[in-house]
Amino acid sequence: MLFELERVRASRGGVGVLHDVSLALPEGSTCIAGRSGSGKSTLLRLLNRLAEPDSGRVAYRGRELGSLDVLALRREVALVPQLPALLPGTIADNVRFGPGLVGRDVEVTALLDLTGLATALADRDTDRLSTGEQQRVMLARALALEPRVLLLDEPTSALDERTRDHVEETLKELRRRLGISLVLVTHDFAQAERLADRVVRLEEGRAITAGLEPAPASASAPSAVR
Amino acid sequence: MTRAPDVGFAEVGAALGLVAVAVLVSLWQRMRLEGDIAVAVARSFVQLTAVGFVIQLVFEQDDLLLVIALVAGMAVFGAFTARRRAPTVPGAFAPLLVALLLAGTATLVLLVALGVFSAEPRYLVPLGGMVIGNSMTAAAVALSRLGDEVTGSWREIEATLALGATAGQAIRPIVRRSLRSGVTPLIDSTKTTGVIFFPGIMVGLLVAGAAPLDAVRLQLIILYMLLGSVSISSVTAVILAQRSFFTPAHQLREVAAPAAG
Repeated sequence: MLFELERVRASRGGVGVLHDVSLALPEGSTCIAGRSGSGKSTLLRLLNRLAEPDSGRVAYRGRELGSLDVLALRREVALVPQLPALLPGTIADNVRFGPGLVGRDVEVTALLDLTGLATALADRDTDRLSTGEQQRVMLARALALEPRVLLLDEPTSALDERTRDHVEETLKELRRRLGISLVLVTHDFAQAERLADRVVRLEEGRAITAGLEPAPASASAPSAVR
Repeated sequence: MTRAPDVGFAEVGAALGLVAVAVLVSLWQRMRLEGDIAVAVARSFVQLTAVGFVIQLVFEQDDLLLVIALVAGMAVFGAFTARRRAPTVPGAFAPLLVALLLAGTATLVLLVALGVFSAEPRYLVPLGGMVIGNSMTAAAVALSRLGDEVTGSWREIEATLALGATAGQAIRPIVRRSLRSGVTPLIDSTKTTGVIFFPGIMVGLLVAGAAPLDAVRLQLIILYMLLGSVSISSVTAVILAQRSFFTPAHQLREVAAPAAG
């Protein structure tokens, strides 16, 4: 199982956000859908330990998150946050940042190509990008880590319909070509159905339905997380 | 050197005439600062007179332990005051206290070790006061900037953490900017000293009858000393305080990241 949550409680600002959530998320593509304030972003942040639950257990591939090297976990389970979250500098600076932390270089143009960005944009400052381009840079930046799982927090919420469709196509293509698992948070239930093998509905911090279909067989390499 | 001018309470009282000008301006422009001005005048009179007696006692006793106690007391009071200027930094008192004690100790020890001043209370007490005061201002500015930037840039910090950065790596650009903001005002005033303004020590010495070049040399020593001490205090306070924003698992604490769904 990719992620398991057992009776997880979490709060933000002293207010309970998740209440006894128990879930099992297999490999593949899962959408966590819910209205604003339902706790879905908090749930996503628990999965790569950007946040800690108040109680309960969160496990990744059978191992409790607390027992894993948190920095290696975040490289393997990469989060694409909501806008705006680009670092100052060029697109290439952003894409190289994560691998650079562990002394690795990446082929920036290949990643831009993969995420549907013109390779000529590599040296453009991120403050001169459209919202759709920024979203793709964040995607390329996360993919530069060579993750096995992508966590996506409302990846198309700031986009117009046409750009949203492009990003959705890119995500499906990534899933097909790279075989990485996706956990995607959205308030758009239609998008959840378009993108996911299974949908988890969150309402007021409780998992209402977990429409889990059998996980597709995926040849997965051994986890790099220690 | 000529004799220092006699200054009695009559002269201090006469200087209140200029305070009256400030009060009149406040009344005329309806600034509503008359109360604050009155409090400032009363507090400055009481505090400076009290410290005058304390310093006189320390000078008379000629005991270095008393000097150390006095400087430590100033550091505690300074850290307490500076903490209020950086309300967005959790637990700011301890980093500020360590920063001020370190800046005060290192600067005074260095001045004595380099032979600039001898280890006597009449040098160490006023210099310690200047070092602590300036260090406090610089550390407070740096911490205030640190707290504001972490609160305002929490998305960028979390995005950086999400890419596998350590807490130190994620906050490094903010640390750099905070340190610059703490030290830059003194660098700027050092650049313009003598051209745009006369610093207080030099004015005091000239009024007291010192030869101008003697006053200049002492002022230069003080300025260079302060550049060192504000750097020590800013860097110490910021490096120690930055930890308070993160958990050991490289998570941004909620105090900086507002609640989200």
